Amino acid sequence: MSATDDPHLGTAEQEPLGPPPISPLRENWRYFLANRGAVIGLVVIALMVLTAIFAPLIAPHDPTAQFRDALLVPPAWTDKGRPEFLLGTDALGRDILSRLIFGARYSLAIGLVVVTLALVSGILVGLVAGYFGGWIDGLIMRVMDIILAFPSLLLALVLVAIIGPGLFNAMLAIAVVLQPHFARLTRGAVMAEKHREYVTSARVAGAGTLRLMLVTILPNCLGPLIVQATLSFSNAILDAAALGFLGMGAQPPTPEWGTMLAEAREFITSAWWVVTMPGIAILVTVLAINLIGDGLRDTLDPKLKRS
Amino acid sequence: MPLLEVRNLTVSFPTAAGRFDAVQGLDVSVDAGEVLAIVGESGSGKSVAMLAVMGLLPAIAGVTADAMRFDGRDLLRLTARERRNLSGREIAMIFQEPVASLNPCFTVGFQIEETLREHTGLSAADRRHRAIELLTQVGIPQPEERLASFPHQMSGGQCQRVMIAIATACTPRLLIADEPTTALDVTVQKQVLDLLLRLQAENGMALVLITHDMGVVAETADRVVVQYNGRKMEDSDVLTLFENPRSPYTRALLSALPENAKGGRLSTVSSFVPSAETAG
Amino acid sequence: MSAPATPPAAGVPVLETRGVTRDYVSGGVFGGTRTVRALKGIDLKVDRGSTLAVVGESGCGKSTLARIITMIDAPSGGELLIDGEKVDIARTGVPPDLRRKVQIVFQNPYGSLNPRQKIGDVLAEPLKLNTSLSAAERRDRAMEMLLRVGLRGQHFNRYPHMFSGGQRQRIAIARAIMVHPALLVLDEPVSALDLSVQAQILNLLQDLQDEYDLTYVFISHDLSVVRHVADEVMVMNLGEAVEYRSRDAIFAAPEHPYTRTLFAATPRIDVDRIRARVARKTAARG
Repeated sequence: MSATDDPHLGTAEQEPLGPPPISPLRENWRYFLANRGAVIGLVVIALMVLTAIFAPLIAPHDPTAQFRDALLVPPAWTDKGRPEFLLGTDALGRDILSRLIFGARYSLAIGLVVVTLALVSGILVGLVAGYFGGWIDGLIMRVMDIILAFPSLLLALVLVAIIGPGLFNAMLAIAVVLQPHFARLTRGAVMAEKHREYVTSARVAGAGTLRLMLVTILPNCLGPLIVQATLSFSNAILDAAALGFLGMGAQPPTPEWGTMLAEAREFITSAWWVVTMPGIAILVTVLAINLIGDGLRDTLDPKLKRS
Repeated sequence: MPLLEVRNLTVSFPTAAGRFDAVQGLDVSVDAGEVLAIVGESGSGKSVAMLAVMGLLPAIAGVTADAMRFDGRDLLRLTARERRNLSGREIAMIFQEPVASLNPCFTVGFQIEETLREHTGLSAADRRHRAIELLTQVGIPQPEERLASFPHQMSGGQCQRVMIAIATACTPRLLIADEPTTALDVTVQKQVLDLLLRLQAENGMALVLITHDMGVVAETADRVVVQYNGRKMEDSDVLTLFENPRSPYTRALLSALPENAKGGRLSTVSSFVPSAETAG
Repeated sequence: MSAPATPPAAGVPVLETRGVTRDYVSGGVFGGTRTVRALKGIDLKVDRGSTLAVVGESGCGKSTLARIITMIDAPSGGELLIDGEKVDIARTGVPPDLRRKVQIVFQNPYGSLNPRQKIGDVLAEPLKLNTSLSAAERRDRAMEMLLRVGLRGQHFNRYPHMFSGGQRQRIAIARAIMVHPALLVLDEPVSALDLSVQAQILNLLQDLQDEYDLTYVFISHDLSVVRHVADEVMVMNLGEAVEYRSRDAIFAAPEHPYTRTLFAATPRIDVDRIRARVARKTAARG
């Protein structure tokens, strides 16, 4: 404490230091834990991830194995149910539980890949538009407006129809459709941040354009983007399920949840479990992720924080 | 009997780190027709005490006092309705940010007449007449035309004049001004302070001026209360305060003024710690 | 262009502007454009180690001038010379060796620090961008500067929101002098601070000026602060320098009517004046 040697300097020690330092991460974690819905969502998703990882160990049967003696067996707790098929079987005699467990892999992968693609491309586009402004901004944002002007599922459907059906193409199409949301959000945040004095200070310190964009400004825009990402995660799963349902996504016999729903279409009245089980799986996942998203938004928005 | 009398006022807020006392055991009184300045740095609780008097603190704030009387009436025992009637008609308050204090969606005239509608039985024509009179009184040129202006069409100084017009619409007996000129330029500050002092003298109203600016205190106040960390450090008439301050804190504060620099260096208040338990 | 290592000849002012103007153009696409001249030809000269105070009310152009001197914005017309070197950032950008010669400290200590950057990184960043020092050396220099401005070692890894306004302003000052600039532009550096903290920061600035032979352009609206820090004072109104003289001359006898208005409007602490005012009031009542 060399500074205190100088009697005139008036060290800052006398100024109140405030509460002992808590890292922003730890603080946010505390707020997040206080939100019960978000914690439930997190637990559900964690279980889902574990299920997907250890699918071969957990699943009672091979997801594609057809039991010819057990077509459309109802769930185990009903009168005609059989204990080895806990959630029943489908029209080809495949165990629904095993297919759902393996399907978790696809659904989570779809969410992850789509969100990553949309997030990265959206951030880059939004960053360029927001930082440079002017005609670059005008051009980029008009393109984004055009994409947003179409009903999202219809646009994804058209894209898949052009590049051909299949799970990866479906993910690509959904990413394109979701990307403008990220671009808009990033642009807005960047435009608000770029005139702040800490950005000017970094510029005066000698930071170049790329450093200003990526190192100085971007980290301060991430809060709303993380929230949008979780909400898009569920959108991606839903859209992929819808494309699967329409036969444009994952192709049979892939045990993707949306595709499972599509295959079960004709049994809606005769064998309810074939439709209901994948539907519930999608519902629970989407709900859990939305709860996490809401929790994150509350956590990261300083205006919602109690002091 | 003082117009406003507050004894042993404590205001506390619950925080994540426990209870925080913004004001601790404050005694303050304001006589009719007096200009009282409440001075302090940020965190001294100078605004909080007066917000408590106005009943404007959020519900989570814990307000306790041995006595809080206005003109003999116990403010702590009033019903919400009686309290609302009192503030606005007999006690009024203006704030630091004049532009933010006005509603951007409505014209100036509408906002002045709204106050009159709330607190007086004047007819529509009389309200308009009174609004023009008030704008003239606070020195806004062409008041008839200005009634139709929106807040964003006026400068900060003019907005503060309008706020003063609204606050003095019912000729209150006490006006509390919370840093009324901090957001304004010095030349405008002088005009607004002159206006406040003129209205104070004309209406015989008491004025509480909350400020951090010692210069403003020297130019306006009759009596000064100095606050630090939620406690009252000094309560003196203005001459005593500047000539012969009683509290060591006031002395330290005055010596930190640039105009009191000795030998090119400023002395800093940090060498002053009033007592162990308030220094946190 | 001379080599940056050689010190400029004695007598060359660190900062000089000749007829600097700045226009803001509004409107566009539809209808005509409107041009507002925020600076109407500013001439000034600041010698090494001295302090020029720029005084004026909001909208007078003093912050615009600060941004031009700091080479953040380009002037619309006129010339800017740093250490006798002509600068034209509109055409050539800012050469790195010039960039580090001029640094700035802003008014709002809450907005000028990146909320996601630790204090240590705030201080090391200018070195990273302007020097070839190793990470360890940068760390040492940053720590040294942190202690120099009156903060403590344990503050190194904290985030800005954990500091008070005065502490943040110390950090902002420390960052500005990390690269040993010749000229420091201080844009209302103490306006947002409490009186006691203001005194500490003004003392710190004075110490640093002596220690690093810094030249200050001190922008303020507070005449008592200006009187304390300035060698020369420039009073601005509506984009013009209405009066520009030595501090003692200007405070002894302000010449321009605007300067006089400004001085008259500034509240003064003067016991005789207070006594007269109290006497007047008592007489009026009695």
